[in-house]
Amino acid sequence: MTLITYLGFILILVGLWGMLTNKNIIKIIIGFSIVDTGVHLVMVSIGYLKDRTAPILDSAVLKADAVNQVVDPIPSALVLTAIVIGLAVTALMLSYAIKLYEKNKTLDISTFKELKW
Amino acid sequence: MVKKILLVVLMAFFMLMLLPFAKDFQAFEKLSPTAEKYVQDGPKELGGANLVSSVIVTYRGLDTLGEVAVLFIAAAGVGFFLRREGKNEKAARRQASQILFSGTAFLFPLILVFGVYIFLHGHLTPGGGFQGGVVIATAFVLLLLTDVSASINNSVLHLVESLSGASYVAIGILGLVLAAGFLDNRFLELGEFGSLISAGAIPLIYSFIGLKVGAELVGIVDNMREVRS
Repeated sequence: MTLITYLGFILILVGLWGMLTNKNIIKIIIGFSIVDTGVHLVMVSIGYLKDRTAPILDSAVLKADAVNQVVDPIPSALVLTAIVIGLAVTALMLSYAIKLYEKNKTLDISTFKELKW
Repeated sequence: MVKKILLVVLMAFFMLMLLPFAKDFQAFEKLSPTAEKYVQDGPKELGGANLVSSVIVTYRGLDTLGEVAVLFIAAAGVGFFLRREGKNEKAARRQASQILFSGTAFLFPLILVFGVYIFLHGHLTPGGGFQGGVVIATAFVLLLLTDVSASINNSVLHLVESLSGASYVAIGILGLVLAAGFLDNRFLELGEFGSLISAGAIPLIYSFIGLKVGAELVGIVDNMREVRS
């Protein structure tokens, strides 16, 4: 359990708090991005092995001994995927926000009545 | 007040949910069996020095194709929501400062070349198609920040995007026909380990991913930039 993992958990909680307490839709999207970053940090730190280096082979990390020298490449690959998906989702949310602002002239979600009953 | 208390209770609940995971988690001492196989056999099988790229492009290539598809759908969604109805009026804006003008003129080609460098060297150094594509997109964002009236040729953007996407799938099918499976990179020569032209089709696939991601992100930014009255 490294410091990074705890920082990731703290970021997740901070982002959730931001999403739950803010009424401005842009701030909610920022909160989502913070949660996203926290999840990425947790995932990367799970794949981390103590005193090891990045899974890239060169003169310092030779092919023969790579198994004992590199960290797990799979979480890194997964996080790369997750970052791109997070970016796409954020862009989509921002375009919703733009549309909502155009329609209602406000970013305050408490004035959006369409889905309330 | 009640709302605040409820929120605090909810956050405490979340914290309790995460706590066992943080407490009981045992750091791994060595690589998992799958990772061990990738690290041990990856360089020999695929010829890529960057094992993360090997995992993304080849071992988990289908996931990456799905990821590119998700990005495409998101870009299409942004384009759908922010589509221009009729003619759009350009908002009158202050001219960008001289610093931004000169900086963009100097940096724009450099950033483009750097983006291309990142995705061409994806199999050797940290980087790859997605990162390179994002770097290329930042060059265009800089351009759009400088010149408000600059318009990006949408048909060129769509052409680059669809051609690279189609080529990506075509390379995957070539791997299926000429080598062991879908997105197998070994239908091209593996080449000398660690040189630029090596690792079979990985640099090719990453170049197409880079072009596609770059074009998509430029499209997203271009859609969001449009100011309507």
